[in-house]
Amino acid sequence: MIRTMPRSRGTALGLKLYVILYFIFLFAPLLVTCILAFNDSQFPSLPWKGFTVEWFTGDKPDRLGIFHDQINIDSIWVSIRVAFFVTLLSLGVGTCGAFLFEQEQFPGKQAFYFLMISPLVIPGVILGISILMFSTTLGVFFENHWGLDVALFRPGFWLVVLGQFSFIATLVTLVVSARLKKFDRSLEEAAMNLGASRFEVIWHITLRFLKPAIIGSGAVAFLMSFENFNTSLFLVGSEATLPINLYLQVRDGSTPVINAISFLLIVGTSMLALLNLYFSKKKD
Amino acid sequence: MDKNGMHDRLRWGLLLFLTPVFLWLVLLIVLPQIDLLIMSFRVESGYGDSSWSLYNYRQFFEEPIYWLTFVRTAVYSVLVTFLTFVVALPVAFYITKVVHPRFQGFLTVLLLLPFWVSELVRVYGWMILLRESGVINHFLLRMGLLQQPVEMLYQDATMIMGLVYTSMLFMVVPLISALESLDNSLIEAAYDLGANMGSILYKIIIPHATPGIVSGSIVVFMLTLGNYLTPNLMGGKNSLWFTEQIYNQFIASFNWNQGSAFGFLLLFLSSVIVWLGLKLTRQNLRKVVQ
Amino acid sequence: MMQIDLSVQHVLKRFGDFTAVNDISFDVESGRFFSILGPSGCGKTTLLRMIAGLAELDSGRIEIRGKDMAGISPNRRPVNLIFQNLALFPMMDVGANIAFGLQRRGESKSGIREKVSAILDRVDLAGFESKRIDQLSGGQKQRVAIARCLVLEPAVLLLDEPLGALDLKLREQMKVELKKLQAKVGTTFVYITHDQSEALVMSDYVAVMNHGEFEQIDTPQNLYSRPQTPFVAQFVGDNNAWSGTIRNCEGTVGEIETDDGFHFRSELHQPLPVGAAVDLFLRPESMLIQPDPSLPDLNRFEVVVRSTLFDGANSRLLVHPVNAETELLVALPQTHQYDYIQKDDTIEIGWATPSGICFPK
Repeated sequence: MIRTMPRSRGTALGLKLYVILYFIFLFAPLLVTCILAFNDSQFPSLPWKGFTVEWFTGDKPDRLGIFHDQINIDSIWVSIRVAFFVTLLSLGVGTCGAFLFEQEQFPGKQAFYFLMISPLVIPGVILGISILMFSTTLGVFFENHWGLDVALFRPGFWLVVLGQFSFIATLVTLVVSARLKKFDRSLEEAAMNLGASRFEVIWHITLRFLKPAIIGSGAVAFLMSFENFNTSLFLVGSEATLPINLYLQVRDGSTPVINAISFLLIVGTSMLALLNLYFSKKKD
Repeated sequence: MDKNGMHDRLRWGLLLFLTPVFLWLVLLIVLPQIDLLIMSFRVESGYGDSSWSLYNYRQFFEEPIYWLTFVRTAVYSVLVTFLTFVVALPVAFYITKVVHPRFQGFLTVLLLLPFWVSELVRVYGWMILLRESGVINHFLLRMGLLQQPVEMLYQDATMIMGLVYTSMLFMVVPLISALESLDNSLIEAAYDLGANMGSILYKIIIPHATPGIVSGSIVVFMLTLGNYLTPNLMGGKNSLWFTEQIYNQFIASFNWNQGSAFGFLLLFLSSVIVWLGLKLTRQNLRKVVQ
Repeated sequence: MMQIDLSVQHVLKRFGDFTAVNDISFDVESGRFFSILGPSGCGKTTLLRMIAGLAELDSGRIEIRGKDMAGISPNRRPVNLIFQNLALFPMMDVGANIAFGLQRRGESKSGIREKVSAILDRVDLAGFESKRIDQLSGGQKQRVAIARCLVLEPAVLLLDEPLGALDLKLREQMKVELKKLQAKVGTTFVYITHDQSEALVMSDYVAVMNHGEFEQIDTPQNLYSRPQTPFVAQFVGDNNAWSGTIRNCEGTVGEIETDDGFHFRSELHQPLPVGAAVDLFLRPESMLIQPDPSLPDLNRFEVVVRSTLFDGANSRLLVHPVNAETELLVALPQTHQYDYIQKDDTIEIGWATPSGICFPK
């Protein structure tokens, strides 16, 4: 039944077959998407009409490849910028959160901790609408009282960043906290004993120890932001992020150019994933 | 350094860490949720003034399409969570307990890889597989198993499969780590004491893995309940997932008060079911999150 | 003729090129405490797991109470195993742990409750049913693990170094307790360990295992006083070792010239031709300090004291012969008779011919 024990042929074979089927289930949609990115056809479907890379490089109006598709390229660029700022903000605040909950004592800490993990149990759609509404309320308030028109309060780039940050920061906090828990605090005490201030200690000792967790959660934060749909849906202004832009195209009918973008995303994220894994393996 | 100086320094540290976290949670979580709650209890009269009212909630209960969708979303989310668990358990078991340790790492990586790719890409993959002109229909026609193409998309079963697929990762990972910590000798001891496969599963494996199962289930349930993409693209065309109703109120009808009420109901539903799940399995959220 | 509870016949197990258990055969009579003693990696755990059914045999046959166990899965065998880490189920309380096997047999609820409380009584844990596993001390866990198996009334109880995780004091105590418990319940025990003292103290018979084979199956007394192989001589108890050559041989007494130049008369394990290379072993307690000059037939030689290794009743002198570097251990009886011996003193050592244990190389 388990590998240390003898087991019946039937069960073992059945389980193996199941796992193989599971992996087929897992990879079939991705493989098909990738393959059809190279089909010489107007539609992302079979039959196979020959190999082409025109959905990447084509520049004719009826075969506009991704490299010449300005709308999609723009949305990729928007997504990258959003993800960059979300990662930066989440890492900063999330690391503060980790220190706060692991090393500081203050009244109401328990309740505050639950508040910190609550974004995990609030559906992304609701985060999106509540932030949209609150920013609108603030916008109206500022306009009525001071006659100020604050761009930040209107759907757009920064609101998307804030919306995604609101729950990705929780993830960073949890990952960094988990690492901080393993930190031997006598190292900090030793450093303080040797004359370092609290902030010197954090900078030279603790943050150095947290680096792998910060890098790892940063990579995950970047990807989560890059792929976020639910929260962003309500907060985008004129600059659509890639998932929103793709969603609109998929909903209204599709061309193999979507397969081409998907292919690039699959290859790109797989490499990032493997890289992340490689580094996390190395540090162990 | 005197005691007071030390004390002051620590307070400064607390303030430094607390401020950004406080701003984040208050400005982006607490106040927006309160605003959501307030908005849901207000109605706009024609000229931009608004007043307190239960109208939005009454509307929800009086309009069958709303509460039917709500119930349907809740029931399907529970079903998806259960199916995800059933599909994931044998895989987690195989990887942690059966396969040769040499392949363990490789299989785990393989298992996680698809989930690094955007949900949209994965759903899109299923669409080109399943639709009327899709790849599966193409092969079935070719092999003569079908006379004419069948629309496999836009059906409840397909949508459920898609939701299971989308949330699989969040069940498999906690299951794998839960089973990894299960000492093989417990399984052997149970076997030695006369247990068969079934009783080992119910008496040893599932009780041991309960924290993992609960945390996986909560995340899967949450994500399914709040999912918009998969039901929208793979399910039927007529907004039968509750998030679609919310979207319609906000974007199509521009009725934010009604949308807020729906949003708040969804939040309430998810909290109640998560709370129930925790109570029934005697787990607590802090433990589950870790 | 006593009933044979466990019969192992020509059992063989390979892992790839490595032979873990090489053609082992033995029988255990009903009610015996049988130990398998060997260094780690000698294959004893594999052997035990094969008896329990947790590992498959490549060839050979295992019978329990005369019934061939081939093809019978662990959950249907009349043997139970105490795991090295005890493998108590942390998700159940003590009562549920013990009831587990009975429930699998589908016994009635009231019957189970009675049996559980009776067996807990037996292992001196009466009333412990509702305790959680993590509330128990090391010794209590031990007894729960034993009770969990004994309640099923197995033909043979297998024990896989269950005392290994305990601290020294508790281990000494549990040795005695386990022996008493076995005598009380009368179940056949097969116990594996790498700790010779556990095996010698508790067992009726001990099999010494090395490289997948049994070197000797014997009573603890015989293993110690009449080892049959060099491995047993060295593994069981402490021994001083010389290598040397036979110079003369009369029956089973030989004259040996050691490599460092001594001439000794020693009992031989078997008659040997002159010139044969041999290993000579001598227990520390076989060596007499400053023997009375009137004692005849002693091998006598002078040694220099390097240090005194005080260990209560088990104290020794670490010495080396006057003109050799070989280190020897000599038992130092704590009778104050030898208190005058100091470091760097030269003293005479003697040993009698029958004390020598000598094997051909």
